[in-house]
Amino acid sequence: MVKNGLKVENLDLWFGEKQILKDISFSIPNKKITAIIGPSGCGKTTLLRCFNRMNDMAENVKIKGKIILDGNNIYGERLNLYSLRMKIGMVFQRPNPFPKSIFENVAFGLRIKGLKDKNKLLRIVEKSLKDAWLWNEVKDRLSSSAMELSGGQQQRLCIARALATNPEVILFDEPTSALDPQSTTKIEELIVELKNNVTVLQVTHNIGQAARISDYTAFLYLGELVEFDTTEKLFTVPKDKRTEEYLGGKFG
Amino acid sequence: MDIRKIKEFLGINSLRLAVFISILFLFLFLFLIFSKGAKMVSFSFLTQPPKDGMTKGGIFPAIIGTLYLTILSVLLAFPIGVLSSIYLVEYAKDSPLVTTIRIAIGTLAGVPSIIFGLFGLAIFVIKFGLGVSILSGSLTLGIMILPLIIKASEEAIKAVPDSFREASYALGATKRQTIMKVVIPTAIPSILTGAIMSIGRAAGETAPILFTAATFYTRRLPKSIFDEVMALPYHIYALMTEGTDPEYQVPIAYGTAVVLLALVLIISSVSIIIRYRMRRKKKW
Repeated sequence: MVKNGLKVENLDLWFGEKQILKDISFSIPNKKITAIIGPSGCGKTTLLRCFNRMNDMAENVKIKGKIILDGNNIYGERLNLYSLRMKIGMVFQRPNPFPKSIFENVAFGLRIKGLKDKNKLLRIVEKSLKDAWLWNEVKDRLSSSAMELSGGQQQRLCIARALATNPEVILFDEPTSALDPQSTTKIEELIVELKNNVTVLQVTHNIGQAARISDYTAFLYLGELVEFDTTEKLFTVPKDKRTEEYLGGKFG
Repeated sequence: MDIRKIKEFLGINSLRLAVFISILFLFLFLFLIFSKGAKMVSFSFLTQPPKDGMTKGGIFPAIIGTLYLTILSVLLAFPIGVLSSIYLVEYAKDSPLVTTIRIAIGTLAGVPSIIFGLFGLAIFVIKFGLGVSILSGSLTLGIMILPLIIKASEEAIKAVPDSFREASYALGATKRQTIMKVVIPTAIPSILTGAIMSIGRAAGETAPILFTAATFYTRRLPKSIFDEVMALPYHIYALMTEGTDPEYQVPIAYGTAVVLLALVLIISSVSIIIRYRMRRKKKW
């Protein structure tokens, strides 16, 4: 289906004895929004965290299979973990800006890469904030603390922070579950806009959100990928009975 | 009356009584020290050396001595304490060895200070040949406050939310970068508070410097860290136990106590102000 971009091949994951992900394979279309849906505990967040290898930090974790980004296995031996995480950014469930200034939050990824040029930093921070639709609200107070922003603004700041290192993919882990409806709408619209530049992979347990904004949807149940298709097909003519039942609200 | 209401009444009032007793003794304590000592404190008391067999004059050399001892001991203990706590929280896994280290640190914090004094005498003064000096005293005090600094820093570092660490890793930071750029800057107000509290402790202790740094009487100020010094807590002790002229010396002892108390109170308030100002900027 897709040549370059992101592909999962036979991915298995265990925490201790417990198998969380079972033989998952699918390709994530480039510059589209792909949603991963499924009931709580189905492994969707764990799957998402495989893409930037955040599961590596957990103890007793065992991972088999491949995730291929632009032809290279990110679980391969020669991979540089730190540049992988610059290519695949992440936005978390709860807004988690650093207790630093707005500017320093966005500049963080660039600084750890070693960028020192003040003008360049300023330019990228401005562009990232504009791309995250936050620039107009914060341009006069870049040096004030990010903690003073509202929840929705903080989440957009986290998106700007992830955009600053110019990633190919951004992972969203239920990015609106801690936000009010208005902020949620704004973030959803922003994510739709982002797909012009990046591939978006989003976990959500909000089925409506998946239907509204995603182009493709993967339905995960008990660690298995039950169905993966365009959002339109999956929501209108699901092939698997479990998908149909989940979407119909028979279990959640 | 309803039995439950009586219990309620007794309950709340026994709590009130307990608080009242604590505060009563605190005020009594402050009142006693200040009423006996405050009238001694004057500009010349703070700036003159003792005179006439310590029956007159001031306590200037003791103030300077205490400042030297306190500052040097914190300078020695602070970096080691903070670095240890970073290792213990961020790097050490839960192994029997690490558990032992933690218990050892906890125990060290509870060792009576006179034992530190004996240790300092045996090791720094005699074995290392540093003599009775500011350096020996500061090293001894430093070892005494080390567990306090480690504990405070550990708590401060543990209090940094994991979501900050995750955000940093997800942006491609290494563990070292995450610690240097996210964890420590976030924890620093609490770390500093712990360090400043330990300054208060170091300034006030008598026993650790008894055999390692303090001298009964010297008119001259220390020229280097290898000189012995007078110190405020030891000065009080000396005046009260070895004084020959209590009529004049006891008031001086109370005056010294006021100065020492004021010093510690000032240090504590500085720590509270620092914490308050830094916390206000960093809410999460």
